[in-house]
Amino acid sequence: MSFMFTVSPDFTPDHLSGWYIFNTWLQKHTGEAIHLEMYNDFQSQRGAIQTDKIDLIYANPFDAAMLVREKGFLPLVKAQGAADEALIVVSADSHADDVADLAPGTRVAFTDDPDVRLMGMIMLEPGDLDGGNIVAVPADNYVLVAKHLLKGEADVGIFLAEAYDGLSAMIKKQLKVLVRSQISVIHHNLMIGPRMQGRREEIQQLLVDMHTDEKGEGVLKSLGFDSWQKVDDEEMEFMIDLMDTLNT
Amino acid sequence: MIADMKAEDIVGDFQEVSLQLYGSIKRKILYTQIETPYPDGKLIVSTTTPEGVITHVNQSFVEMSGYREEELIGAPHSILRHPDMPPAAFKDLWDTIERGEKWQGYVKNLRKDGGYYWVKATVIPNIRGGKLVGYTSVRRKPSRSKIEECIKLYPTLF
Repeated sequence: MSFMFTVSPDFTPDHLSGWYIFNTWLQKHTGEAIHLEMYNDFQSQRGAIQTDKIDLIYANPFDAAMLVREKGFLPLVKAQGAADEALIVVSADSHADDVADLAPGTRVAFTDDPDVRLMGMIMLEPGDLDGGNIVAVPADNYVLVAKHLLKGEADVGIFLAEAYDGLSAMIKKQLKVLVRSQISVIHHNLMIGPRMQGRREEIQQLLVDMHTDEKGEGVLKSLGFDSWQKVDDEEMEFMIDLMDTLNT
Repeated sequence: MIADMKAEDIVGDFQEVSLQLYGSIKRKILYTQIETPYPDGKLIVSTTTPEGVITHVNQSFVEMSGYREEELIGAPHSILRHPDMPPAAFKDLWDTIERGEKWQGYVKNLRKDGGYYWVKATVIPNIRGGKLVGYTSVRRKPSRSKIEECIKLYPTLF
């Protein structure tokens, strides 16, 4: 029997090869045949989840509720110390120094990364902005969000903090951060589907110990992580409840 | 348990009022007109038992409320109840969440030092294995225009 593994399409492009290396490591240590399928966007990935093709997923927090409550997925691990945070950014010469300075009709650039967009829209609420009174400027990635700001095609950009921090110093010099979220409890999770759950505890332990294995440590580095940390059911439920309160 | 507020904890000139809280609790409230602005980018998070007793708070909750974590855990959530909040708002909150639905509203919260802060609050029931085990409340920064609306509306609801 072969299983299917997939990764949230918002992964950092630099880590693409890392996920393939991780999958090879995982197959070797579990003795299971696991195929890694990378989807280009959230819509096609959700289509695969809906048709029960996926057994293992490094999931965006936005999809966690659907995976747990509709598809019977359970959490395994998260990257140690990692949390998804969002930034509200304007051009350095923008008149806005505070979200409250923004007005309806503001052009907002964002990617299709759903948890970052949600956190970003919440940080725009103090300016009385919402999905109904902004002009959406969709972008394929965060570099393009920055470009929209620099070219004056958008007034505000919503960034994943990690992606913004990774922009060149020259680009960041031309931008101004209005708000940086400090939520700390929203994070991606590696989750396991019903067909593989018989081996959940064993795989969870394997991953938690991965950084102590010489090769495992290198594989983690290629993903940009130091180690995996166990996520128990209640931590996952708490995050789902939290996302639910935000998604209103 | 919930104690009366103490004059030595209060910062600035204060007024005194006695408030009837949920569960036949009476509390002496000392409150000032000093507002603490909601910090950008943060969420205030807490969980309670089904009866509204606090079981978890995050660091932002501790910072904004002015209480220490050990003072909050085990206290009723009404420790934050400000006398300017109309009882009807909390009745609506409890009616809504007891039906198993999500509640959202703008709330003026009371600090330990007698000051206050406005929040946009969302409360949801925590269902585990089909059973209600408590509630999660998440507060975020409200817009100034919504606060101004509430400042006009709430006094009319008493």
